[in-house]
Amino acid sequence: MSNDRFTLNAQLAQMLKGGVIMDVTTSEQAKIAEQAGAVAVMALERVPADIRQEGGVSRMSDPAMIKEIKASVSIPVMAKARIGHFVEAQLLQALKIDYIDESEVLTPADEEYHIDKSRFEIPFVCGARNLGEACRRMAEGAAMLRTKGEAGTGNVVEAVRHMRAMNHGIRQLKTMPLEEVSSYCRDENIPYELALKIRELGHLPVVNFAAGGIATPADAALMMQLGCDGVFVGSGIFKSGNPAKRASAIVQATTHYNDPEKLVEISMDLGEPMVGIDIPTIPKEQILAERGW
Amino acid sequence: MTRIGVLDLQGGVAEHVEHLRRLGVCAVRIKKEADFEGIAGLIIPGGESSCISRLLRLYGLERVIYTHYAAGLKLWGSCAGAILLAKNIIGEETSHLALIDIDIQRNAFGSQLDSFTIEEKIPDIDENPIPLTFIRAPKITRLGDGVRALLTMGDYVAAAEDMQTLVTVFHPELTPNLAFHRYFCQKCGLDIENKTGQDMAFE
Repeated sequence: MSNDRFTLNAQLAQMLKGGVIMDVTTSEQAKIAEQAGAVAVMALERVPADIRQEGGVSRMSDPAMIKEIKASVSIPVMAKARIGHFVEAQLLQALKIDYIDESEVLTPADEEYHIDKSRFEIPFVCGARNLGEACRRMAEGAAMLRTKGEAGTGNVVEAVRHMRAMNHGIRQLKTMPLEEVSSYCRDENIPYELALKIRELGHLPVVNFAAGGIATPADAALMMQLGCDGVFVGSGIFKSGNPAKRASAIVQATTHYNDPEKLVEISMDLGEPMVGIDIPTIPKEQILAERGW
Repeated sequence: MTRIGVLDLQGGVAEHVEHLRRLGVCAVRIKKEADFEGIAGLIIPGGESSCISRLLRLYGLERVIYTHYAAGLKLWGSCAGAILLAKNIIGEETSHLALIDIDIQRNAFGSQLDSFTIEEKIPDIDENPIPLTFIRAPKITRLGDGVRALLTMGDYVAAAEDMQTLVTVFHPELTPNLAFHRYFCQKCGLDIENKTGQDMAFE
């Protein structure tokens, strides 16, 4: 991937800012998402809540299903590849979708290495729990980041933890004396050049969205107020009582995240939210955010 | 009337605000009706046109734009913004604001793999070549009466204007170049010094 291509890919993510990207499993859902004001859809066979419940190995979706969703909407289409599964990524690139999510929601294909994203023309988004993980993914070529959160739980606590950790890391890097940066980079496993760049910019060089556990308009607004650039909603919409209404409400909350009065209006009468899961009740081996390194 | 608004519903808002700031212009983020007070021009940024359009309608901001347009408000749409301003969208039954008489084709180049950058000379805007960034860009395929092309590329128009409205299918806010922002501010009647775009730090 040339520098120009990387820049264009990061810039596409800039155009998604202030928007909501929704998980969809059928073209009908994709149309509901588009009509509700989604800026992109994530095409996948099972939403994280079902993956969690059904277990088994979770893989890239059927190309036929991705193609069908791509044909049904005019907004960008993303799809997930397993961590380290560069052939799934090759397939998704050949399908000419707009963005690949190298995602911990699917079962990792490589427990040591992520995909070398710099070898692709197509842009990648990756999950990150903190600045170190974010920098490693960017060094591999990710043009967009998201918090990992804990997908399929309807519980925003992990996304908040990851965003706070990210903000903390950036603040630290910004204020530390220059001579401390290289040791910090060694400890946190951060490429030095990237650390200097973030230090100078005062923020990440690519867009960072919230993901993993967002279920209500207030959740979306919370993540935006914490400094996220936009929001991914996975199970939160199509596992709720009234998907179209909730989708529209989360889109509005992402725009008016700083306006409590408007958020009240937006949050009324949305029907049942998805059933949430308390994180400590999840067996350790089923924590998705632990996947990836 | 020395302020320029940037519609802040979704998309690349901060990039336009930053370019205006570098020109020394007071930029206002526009989310609701009250924000329109005292702006000479409104930039509709790149983003997803279907999303921005929906939010415009939902909050009655279409009506507010029409009212201010009738009173002389200048408009500039970049990429998705151009789609929102076009009178006809090819293949779609309805248009959005329909304030400039052009036909536009959404996402006319293909997927993200077909996004690109080039440099072109646009004499009406600046004497130097201007870097242009096309991201899932639309194409302008017809110009109505009173609309003139600023940049024609092969079978389509990439930038055009009429008396009150400027449209670009590319994103001047994504390059360090300030020429289009300066041009729009001048169109809005603002007194902008002739800055070259290289004289202030690009962040």
